[in-house]
Amino acid sequence: MLHVLRQIARTGLKTEAPPDAARDMVIAARLHQEILRTLGRALTIRHVDAGSCNGCELEIHALGNPYYNIEGLGIKFVASPRHADMLLVTGPVSKHMAIALRRTYDATPDPKLVVAVGDCGCTGGIFGESYASLGRVSNVIPVDVAVPGCPPTPTALLQGILAAITTAAPRSEPSLTATPDVVAEPSPQGEPPPTP
Amino acid sequence: MNVSPLGIAAATLTSPIPAQRCPVSSGQLLAACRLAWEQRGQLAALWASDDRDRERGFCLRVLLRDADGLTLLENILPDEGARYPDLSLIFPAANRMQRAAFDLVGAQCEAEDQRPWAWQAAWPIDRFPLRRDFEPSPKWEPGEEDYAFVKVTGDGVHEIPVGPVHAGIIEPGHFRFQVVGEKVLRLEERLGYVHKGIEKRFETLGILEAHRLAGRVSGDSTVAYAWAYAQAVEMLAAVAVPPRALWLRALCLERERIANHLGDLGYLGNDGGFAFGLSQFSRLREDVLRVNRELFGHRMLMDSVVPGGVARDVDDEGAAAMRKQCVALRREIRVLRDIYDEHAGLQDRFRTCGQVSNELAVKLGLAGLAARASGVAQDLRCDFSVPPYDALSVNKMTRADGDVAARVAVRFDETLESLRLIDAILEAMPEGEIAAPIAGVPAFALAFGCVEGWRGPVLIALESGPANAVRRCHPHDPSWQNWPVLEHAVIGNIVPDFPLINKSFNLSYSGHDL
Repeated sequence: MLHVLRQIARTGLKTEAPPDAARDMVIAARLHQEILRTLGRALTIRHVDAGSCNGCELEIHALGNPYYNIEGLGIKFVASPRHADMLLVTGPVSKHMAIALRRTYDATPDPKLVVAVGDCGCTGGIFGESYASLGRVSNVIPVDVAVPGCPPTPTALLQGILAAITTAAPRSEPSLTATPDVVAEPSPQGEPPPTP
Repeated sequence: MNVSPLGIAAATLTSPIPAQRCPVSSGQLLAACRLAWEQRGQLAALWASDDRDRERGFCLRVLLRDADGLTLLENILPDEGARYPDLSLIFPAANRMQRAAFDLVGAQCEAEDQRPWAWQAAWPIDRFPLRRDFEPSPKWEPGEEDYAFVKVTGDGVHEIPVGPVHAGIIEPGHFRFQVVGEKVLRLEERLGYVHKGIEKRFETLGILEAHRLAGRVSGDSTVAYAWAYAQAVEMLAAVAVPPRALWLRALCLERERIANHLGDLGYLGNDGGFAFGLSQFSRLREDVLRVNRELFGHRMLMDSVVPGGVARDVDDEGAAAMRKQCVALRREIRVLRDIYDEHAGLQDRFRTCGQVSNELAVKLGLAGLAARASGVAQDLRCDFSVPPYDALSVNKMTRADGDVAARVAVRFDETLESLRLIDAILEAMPEGEIAAPIAGVPAFALAFGCVEGWRGPVLIALESGPANAVRRCHPHDPSWQNWPVLEHAVIGNIVPDFPLINKSFNLSYSGHDL
């Protein structure tokens, strides 16, 4: 026990200030007022891997480390869509995950937000659309915010999540099959993938 | 493996480790597999290709591995009706590979288990995506299959279905538990949910650009896959990679291993009820990723390895930063290891949990890190050292117990060993170019790449087409071998220990589903 306490003391506080919300990642701020009224700044997220390579998952995990400390911002990952305000969806949507993704979306109570994560979630990425892949997340469920990057850095993910809950006035009329017409600069982490 | 007693002719095959290629009849295929098993060989991979355009029907490829290297058995199935013998009777791991080979290519096996594996009703069951005349239709909607799970019946037996959407931030798959009370009688996995057509996608890319896709087969092993892919291209092109590039690749591979092991050690602590471990190890992992970003331009080192070499060099300042980090990590990991070892509650969860005996590991063909934790001393970096590993004398880390505690211990040992390797690499890395130009590759040639990733041996089988096209690329993850073993590891354990056991293997879904 003493070792544990000593290690905690030696480590100190590592948490960094959160980044500003990235308004340019917002593609449909249709639910904003309602969400804010309902949630304030406490947000619960259900993550759905709809076909990712696992790269985005690793960076979503990183949000929980002491540097980003997402729980310190009042944001929590939950085990069921029924407990969630937001779906964080990664991957090109594989055809084998399409039904599970739709059901997860339907199981999430209104009002709800959807953040598409990564180049694959935003555009289909390097995998594109094929006999096995439906491509971008918004081809399957409505998307509010798209966070590009392969994978997006934890900072970019936080910016996208915060944008979804703090950005004002919608840029365009929401559409159920909205394509992300406005996305942020490609993450400096990698070149955007070639269009399949 | 010596195949001459079977009357089989063998030709040398281009591969970074010794490899031979043998055309076989169905009968010889079975005999060769039996002989390999008797000589302590293992099944490395099994896949099929559509070669009807070259008037060779369908080609079933079975790759075996033993102490001598790799042996590729090629059995030509002249038409759709031809069948090959069930190899899962010798190598149980062949079962799912055989089923996937049917779903994707339509190569038929005589096996009793004819359930689909890669197929989940997203395309008609009588169409085969990896055939060259396959035409997808926009009318095909995702469907639901009625998969025939094995049922356990009896007093008090009930079933727990889990997934594909799991409770944590992990990849999707379905687990069907048959339990009595809390005790697991049987687990059956149903995977394939993240099948996104990677092998077909390879065939639309040029051979000199597809390393980016290879690096995204399983994002946690991007260096291992990109290196294995690059090896295969370099073998085809007969290009010598500059020595410095090879050393830089090893540097990246060891950093990838450290980052993944640190993440797993944190989650294993957390799943054992010790959140302090997650907080500490996730901090250390983040430190590694930040230095990666600074020195290689990418936190997870994606696209660092390219055919011919690497994308970025490391200067003296970068080397100094990595050395400094090695010192700090070594100190912190030793402190944390003592804390883990002395924590009674954690050790109580780890020890004897999810045990895989050495005998079972050998019988089922367990691979990589998990195999080493069950006393199977296999590591490509030691068994078939390619440069720079031939100059680094890697210590193979093994444990005998085969439980969660052993898989934790191997991770600690390997992390410290990788830190030592990074220091050694930075010390001895030769100067020079970091990439060699590759103009092109000959058509219709086959080559392998194989690299010991953090999870285990990663294999790429690459066949070129005309004009530098990818004719067929089969990436093979050690998870193919290890997923079925997880089903055995949980038998007799309690349901709440499943997440811990599962995490101790930490297998890839994407690398397996393709």
